[in-house]
Amino acid sequence: MFREVQTVCPFCGVGCRMTLRVLGGRVEWVYPAEVGVNEGKLCIKGWCAHEFIHHPDRLARPLLREDRGKEFEVGSWDLALSRIQQSLSVVLEETGPESVAFLSSAKCTNEDNYALQKFARAVVGTPHIDHCARL
Amino acid sequence: MVGLTTAFGSGAMTNSIAELEDADVLLVVGSNTTEQHPLIGRRILRAVRDKDRTLIVVDPRRIDLVEFARLHLQNYPGTDIAVINGLLHVILREGMEDVDFIQDRTEGFAELREMVMAYTPERVEEISGVSVDRLVEAAHLFGHAKRGAIVYAMGVTQHVSGTDTVLALANLAMATGNVGRRSTGVNPLRGQNNVQGACDMGCLPNVYPGYQDVEDPDVRAFFQKAWETDRLPATSGLTLCEMTDAILEGKIRWLFIMGENPVLSDPDSEHVRKALDKLDFLVVQDIFLSETAQMAHVVLPGASFAEKDGTFTSTERRVQRIRKAVEPLGMARSEWRVIGELARRMGYSRMNWKSPQEVFREIARVTPIYRGISYERLEGEGIQWPCPHETHPGTPFLHKEGFARGRGRFVPVEAVPLVEPPDEAYPMTLITGRILFHFHTGTLTRRSPTLNAQAEEAFVEINPRDAAILGVRQGQMVKLKSRRGSLRVKAHITDRIPQNMVFLPFHFAEAAANRLTLRQLDPKSKIPELKACAVRVDA
Ligand code: SF4
Repeated sequence: MFREVQTVCPFCGVGCRMTLRVLGGRVEWVYPAEVGVNEGKLCIKGWCAHEFIHHPDRLARPLLREDRGKEFEVGSWDLALSRIQQSLSVVLEETGPESVAFLSSAKCTNEDNYALQKFARAVVGTPHIDHCARL
Repeated sequence: MVGLTTAFGSGAMTNSIAELEDADVLLVVGSNTTEQHPLIGRRILRAVRDKDRTLIVVDPRRIDLVEFARLHLQNYPGTDIAVINGLLHVILREGMEDVDFIQDRTEGFAELREMVMAYTPERVEEISGVSVDRLVEAAHLFGHAKRGAIVYAMGVTQHVSGTDTVLALANLAMATGNVGRRSTGVNPLRGQNNVQGACDMGCLPNVYPGYQDVEDPDVRAFFQKAWETDRLPATSGLTLCEMTDAILEGKIRWLFIMGENPVLSDPDSEHVRKALDKLDFLVVQDIFLSETAQMAHVVLPGASFAEKDGTFTSTERRVQRIRKAVEPLGMARSEWRVIGELARRMGYSRMNWKSPQEVFREIARVTPIYRGISYERLEGEGIQWPCPHETHPGTPFLHKEGFARGRGRFVPVEAVPLVEPPDEAYPMTLITGRILFHFHTGTLTRRSPTLNAQAEEAFVEINPRDAAILGVRQGQMVKLKSRRGSLRVKAHITDRIPQNMVFLPFHFAEAAANRLTLRQLDPKSKIPELKACAVRVDA
């Protein structure tokens, strides 16, 4: 039997409510929810919102490389995060917080966005945080 | 949304989506609503068809909404301000303004009146191509509306004069008393699903969560205490476009990009590419190896919307829950968790959240407009901010009693010419925009087999008469060239687009519209001139 999960469309800003039907660990169908601004309807993008979730191109592991010319190598989270932490610490020591910047995402959740700006301001101490949605 | 903040003290959609249906006149400016926001487009169509509402469309293209409109003011690209000032001119000339509203609720009206005197319908026709008759008729319709609602989208904000256009729209709404009531207002439709939320959360260089000024010492003191840190910067930071310049100057060396693809979405992709290439270190977290992620030193696999709990805030300020349906793919992880872990590794202990709900509780504590919202309360249909306390029902429309800034402010704005008007070498104006089947840079939607089947290939719209002059056939490959770059793309001949203009959707990496567009910034909002520039077309 499938499970149903109530959520919100990941595409435009209308915020249509949708029901995801999950079977065997995969989202197999999307249906419009009855309540909400969309009144039981979705546009074609919404109806297809499940199609990218299990796409074979999805990134499944951290990728790392020494430098740009080199190929990416798959690495662990521990390695990826310690690489990030080391490089950040070096730059902070050499040129200070103003040489560090963050770009957040209009596709991520409020919780993700809150976390990123808090990290930028409270941990790094840089004022340079923006998102790409001026566009 | 600098324009609205200046005029009203708040930059979000003033009213709710459902209310649009009950406006007697809807003025839609620079929004191809049926393609960009289909479920709002649907409501507009229903308002016209079933409720007999009047629709006025201001747009250079003959978009689908035009078929349902009483009037189409088909102006030249970049001339919205002239058209709006022209409407105001006629409204004031004929005494259709709301005298009480202007007196009780606003300031700066005298200056506005003086400025719009110069925007006679004859002059506006010369600037914008909109005929005197149509302009006057539109002014009568909007001027006499009991409830007039204005809707606008990226077509307005992505011009160098975008901030001013929003101010002009705010002037029009206030002069006619169409603010602070149901089914009125000035309503920006946000492009991506959580733009509103990203702004609300303080992912802007000048504000903390809830639009609290970073340069206000009291606000800073509050966050210093709430976050237990002594690092908080005392000044505003750089915007995205300014960041790219700072990187090229060697001032910014380290960059973290969460879930975005500026290589495609930024107006001048070459410039961005060069900048990213110069960084000492670039981290990208995303769910696909986007063009931007391909330039990173470390790429982190993010969780998709179906793999996490959390909240999104829609364009009508409605905070809604999203829920985890499946486990993150492979080793993918939610962004908030990754950033929290990084904070811990940097020796900071105040981000050790166990769940998104815990993050949200903190958000509510430090963000006055979210204070009364909780996951428990979001089990229903969501809550529209501002919601200042736990029993507050939320706010369907803003500025009911007064404006966030006290009085609404009229700011006279003059029409400005396009940054790059067509000339002999580049005789046509390129406009860019979205199409129905794809979304933003296409990173997500182009991986949907269904959507790709609908619109697989990039195309450029050309007017039949221009096509005849250029000797271009339907479906033929043509070369589009601007002062910044060129690309080849398939011609789609249609009279949706007027003569001397071409339209290119910006979702396609192989024909990225921003290889051609301008980086010139709106001096106020720092939004680049993305929508229009001069090009030539060769068969
Ligand atoms: S279903 Fe369509 S209109 Fe609704 S939020 Fe998704 S993309 Fe927007």
